[in-house]
Amino acid sequence: MRTSELHVLPCGDRAVLVELGDLEDVLALHAAVRDHAPAGLVDVVPAAETLLIVFDPGVTTAQRLAGDLAQLPAERPAADEQPLVEIPVRYDGPDLVAVAEATGLSVAEVVRRHAAPTYTVAFTGFAPGFAYLTGLDPELVLPRREEPRVRVPAGSVAIADRYSGVYPRPGPGGWHLLGRTGAVLWDLDRTPPAALLPGTRVRFTAGRA
Amino acid sequence: MIEVLDPGPLALVEDLGRPGLGAMGVGCSGAADGDSFRLANRLVGNHEGAAAVEFLLGGLAVRFRRTATVALTGAPADARVGGGAGGEGRGRGAAFNAPFSVRAGESLRVGRPASGLRSYLAVRGGIGVPPVLGSRSWDSLARIGPPPLRAGDLLPIGSGHDGEPVVDVAPVAEPAGGVATLRVLPGPRSEWFAPDALDTLFATPYEVTAESDRVGLRLAGAPLAAAAPGAAELAPEGMVTGALQVPPSGRPVLFLADHPVTGGYPVVGVVLTADLPLAAQLRPGDELRFRPTSHPAAAGPPGGPVAAASAARWRRPRRG
Repeated sequence: MRTSELHVLPCGDRAVLVELGDLEDVLALHAAVRDHAPAGLVDVVPAAETLLIVFDPGVTTAQRLAGDLAQLPAERPAADEQPLVEIPVRYDGPDLVAVAEATGLSVAEVVRRHAAPTYTVAFTGFAPGFAYLTGLDPELVLPRREEPRVRVPAGSVAIADRYSGVYPRPGPGGWHLLGRTGAVLWDLDRTPPAALLPGTRVRFTAGRA
Repeated sequence: MIEVLDPGPLALVEDLGRPGLGAMGVGCSGAADGDSFRLANRLVGNHEGAAAVEFLLGGLAVRFRRTATVALTGAPADARVGGGAGGEGRGRGAAFNAPFSVRAGESLRVGRPASGLRSYLAVRGGIGVPPVLGSRSWDSLARIGPPPLRAGDLLPIGSGHDGEPVVDVAPVAEPAGGVATLRVLPGPRSEWFAPDALDTLFATPYEVTAESDRVGLRLAGAPLAAAAPGAAELAPEGMVTGALQVPPSGRPVLFLADHPVTGGYPVVGVVLTADLPLAAQLRPGDELRFRPTSHPAAAGPPGGPVAAASAARWRRPRRG
């Protein structure tokens, strides 16, 4: 058992930023906060190494909230208890060849390596329903494009930095586009509207999408 | 129904936003100047979160299809209630920060404010457009909610009041003029900056640039130097309204209601919630200063940890 401390940083007068070691700790604390909401909880934003907790200062204080977080019951959802979403992908993206050249891999190998892992949703935030997926093959790690596109079509499956992601709606974007899916990842008529939430596992399957 | 005759530069339906959806990448949004917004609702006897119209730099003109009690707050401007088409010029004046009646068929026209940026029009009953994810706020970054108003739009009047208007006039201080001062709580990432960065932030004025909107105020002024240029990049983390996020240029962005949910640049400090309405009224070209303040009931040094609680129990045990 690691016995490190929970570092709670001030973030204005109605939020705290909890620094955690890694994504597993973030997802564990997020699950605990979600299931045992401390008094005054307003919003929670998981990220790569931190959990932002917004509170109602009329109900609690940063100090009291930090104490409540320390009292949360142990909750460690096992990875295989998290929902698994399969996303079919047609790998015909406009950046496939450029990614192959930049990585020194063949196009087929880029596709194979992208479709091999089971990813985990680390956090969201670029746009509603846009999920940053961790688990990308290290050989595919590339900086984002120097010239972002003005418009990326909805359903574009992309990579940048250590992440893969799927554009839920059309919009600007600087990631490398590997393919497209017909899967609907953001639907306001669905509850919740986002198909990919922090902790969700994701697998890409090559083929018709 | 309210018919939009002219939205002016920008008119939006806003309420208190949609908190609680951060984990799926949806921010709170809502009225940028929450104080003026709440006041407008109180003046007409609404609950304080009823949807109202937030409009930028005046210019709003609407016609009421039924008699309504309304109130204007925020950036003060000349306002007139007029008769039918063409009769507006002979209309009667309407004051800000006081409820008044507009009869069926009459129009309300608001001029350009001399100072301030955002005004609010609340209607007794609230604006009754359909909510999206529990809110009637337009989020300009996420592009969720009722879209910006256009001439010809019809806005239903809802039933979101829970009392009678009881206030004749609310005393509201005129905007102070001159340089606005916003109080800042240092952190969470002030240690990512050079030792003199906070001194720079608090010693020199900044100017609101034209690239400012509901997402944030982009500021011109003395850049804040990173502690170690080229050092490790910050992992993306959650952002709050009021955060002073500092991109590599060193020039801070003050996040307002439609800020991104997560961001990858360090936040040097966060403006007090009570000062955000003032920030939301600043125009491009306006100067502002930041003043350090300490945390309410602060235990540690500014920018230091709130608490280092021993809470390893929920952590995942590590192998090896």
